Amino acid sequence: MLDNAWLIPALPLAGFIIILLFGRRLGEPKAGVLATLMTAGSFAVAIGVFFAMLSRAHEDRHHVITLFSWLPVGSLHVDMALLVDPLSITMALFITGIGALIHLYAIGYMHGDPKFSKFFLYLNLFIFSMLMLVLGENLLVTFLGWEGVGACSYFLISFWHTQDSAATAGKKAFVTNRVGDWGVMVAMLMAFSAVGTLSYSGINEAAESGHLATVTATGIALMLFVGACGKSAQLPLYLWLPDAMEGPTPVSALIHAATMVTSGVFLMTRINPVLHVSYHWAMTIIAVVGAATALFAATVAVAQTDIKKVLAYSTVSQLGFMFLAVGSGAYVAAIFHMVTHAFFKALLFLGSGAVIHGMHHQQDMRRMGALRKVMPITAMTFIVGWLAIAGVPPFAGFWSKDEILLYVYANNRGLYLVGVITALLTAYYMTRQVIMVFYGEARWHDHSQEHGAHGDSTPHESPWIMLAPLVVLAGLAIAGGLLQLPFSSKTHFLEHWLEPVIENGERNIDGTWASDNKYLLLFVAVIIACLGIAGAIAVYAKKKVPVIEPAILANGWMYDSSVSRFMGGPGRTVFSGVAQFDAGVVDGAVNGVARVVSVTSGVLRKVQTGFVRFYAAVLGLGVVVMLAWFLLRGVL
Amino acid sequence: MHEHISFPILTAIIFLPIIGALLVTVLSNRRPEWVKLCAILFSVGTGAMSLWVLASFTTSSADFQFVSQHDWISAWGISWHLGVDGISLFLVALTGILFPLVIIAIDPHHDQKRYLAWLLLLEAGVMGSFLSLDLVLFFLFFEIVLVPMYFLIGGWGYDDRVYAATKFFLFTMFGSAFMLVGIVATAALARHDVGFLTFDLVTLAEHASFATNTGRWLFFSFAIAFAVKVPLFPFHTWLPDAHTQAPTGGSVILAGVMLKLGTYGFLRFGLYLFPEAAVWARPLFLTLATIGIVYGAIAATMQTDLKRLVAYSSVAHLGFIVLGTFAMTSQAVTGGVAQMINHGVSTGALFLLVGMIYERRHTREIAQLRGIQKVAPIFAGAFTVVMLSSIGVPGLNGFVGEFLVLIGSFQTARWWTIIAATGVILAALYLLWAYQRVFHGEPDEENSTFAELKMREGMVLLVFIGIIGFTGLYPKPLLDRIEPSVDKLIEHVVSRTDFVPPAALEVEK
Repeated sequence: MLDNAWLIPALPLAGFIIILLFGRRLGEPKAGVLATLMTAGSFAVAIGVFFAMLSRAHEDRHHVITLFSWLPVGSLHVDMALLVDPLSITMALFITGIGALIHLYAIGYMHGDPKFSKFFLYLNLFIFSMLMLVLGENLLVTFLGWEGVGACSYFLISFWHTQDSAATAGKKAFVTNRVGDWGVMVAMLMAFSAVGTLSYSGINEAAESGHLATVTATGIALMLFVGACGKSAQLPLYLWLPDAMEGPTPVSALIHAATMVTSGVFLMTRINPVLHVSYHWAMTIIAVVGAATALFAATVAVAQTDIKKVLAYSTVSQLGFMFLAVGSGAYVAAIFHMVTHAFFKALLFLGSGAVIHGMHHQQDMRRMGALRKVMPITAMTFIVGWLAIAGVPPFAGFWSKDEILLYVYANNRGLYLVGVITALLTAYYMTRQVIMVFYGEARWHDHSQEHGAHGDSTPHESPWIMLAPLVVLAGLAIAGGLLQLPFSSKTHFLEHWLEPVIENGERNIDGTWASDNKYLLLFVAVIIACLGIAGAIAVYAKKKVPVIEPAILANGWMYDSSVSRFMGGPGRTVFSGVAQFDAGVVDGAVNGVARVVSVTSGVLRKVQTGFVRFYAAVLGLGVVVMLAWFLLRGVL
Repeated sequence: MHEHISFPILTAIIFLPIIGALLVTVLSNRRPEWVKLCAILFSVGTGAMSLWVLASFTTSSADFQFVSQHDWISAWGISWHLGVDGISLFLVALTGILFPLVIIAIDPHHDQKRYLAWLLLLEAGVMGSFLSLDLVLFFLFFEIVLVPMYFLIGGWGYDDRVYAATKFFLFTMFGSAFMLVGIVATAALARHDVGFLTFDLVTLAEHASFATNTGRWLFFSFAIAFAVKVPLFPFHTWLPDAHTQAPTGGSVILAGVMLKLGTYGFLRFGLYLFPEAAVWARPLFLTLATIGIVYGAIAATMQTDLKRLVAYSSVAHLGFIVLGTFAMTSQAVTGGVAQMINHGVSTGALFLLVGMIYERRHTREIAQLRGIQKVAPIFAGAFTVVMLSSIGVPGLNGFVGEFLVLIGSFQTARWWTIIAATGVILAALYLLWAYQRVFHGEPDEENSTFAELKMREGMVLLVFIGIIGFTGLYPKPLLDRIEPSVDKLIEHVVSRTDFVPPAALEVEK
């Protein structure tokens, strides 16, 4: 069965090719159904591989499928090869599973779009690339997927490309990600020059056996982290993600919440032995960047009014949490939170899409309110997602967030404090969103009355094809915590499953104060969540406390606008300065020399036309004569 | 001294287009379709022969194959010596493929006969340059190439064509003049070592040894000619002018194969003849190459004319090839040769596409174009694939060469490589920004009638896209044939200098 794992990426690739060739003929909804079936088929294969792997002994859960030799030059041998192990199968399972649900949802969401089949073309290509990313046996195959998902993200963000904002957002995402990709490239160069291979097993073995110098390991790890900051939207490269919300909402759910943005966390986990032998401060940098991003984005989310922007900043914040975990050596917790986050964040995004769909493309939460009455199922599932992300037990997010905080506490209490404040803010802004969208008075009635003309602008519930995925995801968001319950080592299912991959890098916190008092920390987490929720209720439902949404938070601490101003101002000046330097100085020197020569020889006009023509003719003639001579001498 | 071959295929590859050019010239102007058919037949014939050479090339061999060697002017030691190895093999094949595609895809606006005759003569010159193993013969073809290109730019170019053609000609002549002196001096000075006067490349490279300073002077006399041709910063300013003013076919050929005469020259003549000087000059050329990569990309970002933008992107892309050449590791040089081919394919295709935009809209100004993706989605799709190849997205051909150059260069030129790698960020910036302005947005009135890709255009682009995809996913056939010759060249350099390749890891293997 393990040998069939190549089918996991092959099926979405086949879907892509079929839609590429026959997409227009298939049309709506067949193209969407095909794409969904391909992704679901891939999920089925992944489940088969999962069970086949379970039946093997722990140490045998590592299987390489070599497809063909990709870049063989000298000592460099890069194969197009897949690595099937617990980590890659975990990733493949949730990518294809959630992917299939979102494909299904998109059949309803994209209904009537003139580029319906093209949307699914990109979506299947994305799934294929994402699977290559996680299944890659070496850094280069992962990089193939890494860039592939970047390109698909670009296509899908600028899917409605006639809108300038969408086109700009797509470009911004690609270019910002390329900054990170530079880091990944340099990391590959360092790895090859130090170890002589790009395969994960080769690099990780070198790290484990002590053949990798500490400084090299640190360099590789930090350069990959630069890439991770780009793809996973961490400070200072997170800029593109909020703008990426210009894409259709299924894209936001799939790419910019559940899957692609977690690639950085995956990559860090994949090379955890390298991180393990790096200087200690490398891990600290990752933890600090993660914590800073988590807190930063959470403060911004508090003041957003666009329903998707709240979720976008929330995603950035939650990804920060995952990096905080990675930096604390808590890889299992990071993957755990990645999976539960994928459940509830996909749910929340799809829910917001259903709201936007039902509200006829209204995204401003100030124009919503009381929608639970007209969209009961959407509201119910969204509320499940809210409880999960806010950290209310027993929903999935509570367990994974707590697991992270446990390790962070054992590692660094200052960062624990940051994590707790972030958790508080998360509960606060998500409650704010739920109240603004689903509770309170209906502010959308005013809207339709203002514009009187639209008779059909009453919000409505979405069709079943969009609701079914919501219900399934809500179920997962409730039960996802079962993957890893903190009660005893027997309930650490995910940890046992991932053990072969992370046994080297995972930090052992047994015997620390945090581990001994984990129920106390659980209790603190519950209190924090309740405080955040209560605070938001007091402000937005009971209106007992005045609203605090300072402009600086709404504008994301002016970071994005400062960067834009710098790029548009001094950055652009430098660039056009170079272009002018080239036209004026470099080329000017050339033309100057030419002019001096021609003026001194007094044949200005001749150089312009006659002389060169004459010379060319002589040269041509000379060549002909020489060739003729050569032919006459009969040496052929 | 030379292996016996029943049919001198390489000689035929050079002469077939010349015969074609002559035939096109004598054909009656009243039957233009016959003239075109004749040109197509001869270029396709040449292409077929070059592909035959590719197919029957012995993969594992590092030596020159299909050698044809005859005395020519024996008094001066000049011989008709042709041969192909892994370094030139794919350049010959690319030339063979590119010319028929250009002839089929693009009709000149006037004077078809002369246009086609010049184009065929150009093909002969390019083929001759890649196949010659005699210094004088090489120089001859290297110079022949100038003439048709001069007339193509001057005769079928755009508004400023005379200025551009003149600049192109004078610039290249300036470089060639040094090379001519260098060639004569090389043969004269090597006479003592070799024992007789010869211009034969292999004999000179294997037997001549120059005094350190002499070798360096000679190296630079060649290097200037090649640096202009590549073009290497700061000799690049003829390129944007020539590209912008050249007719589409001229641009495709110029970017596709002619610029490679420079990078090829560095490998074939610079490193091979003067290894000591080349190793000595490494820091200079690594620096110029890296400057070219970053500087070309930055300049490309700010261009307002699509063709100028692509021209500056060529400066950046060719910088990678020079970086790889002077990094002198197996991966870097092999990657550099692969990059020659890949740049030829993707930039050739880009110029073809820009030419199609010009045919439809009669402008190349980015500001005049808008929203084309909405009215011509297939055209936009083709442009996107070619653009991603040029940006260097893995899975497409552009990545293969760039990545190999970087990974190979990092071992011997660490800091240059780290800076050069930022070129990948800038490439995304200038191409995507241009793409957004040209293809995204709502089309205005002039652009709303932009015609979709026609059948003939689509077929030609399909060949390019096919190569882009295949080479990106399965470059092994390409690399397997390039590498032996590259390794042999590096060994040649290592055995004659104190240059130490990063062998530690290879020993472990």
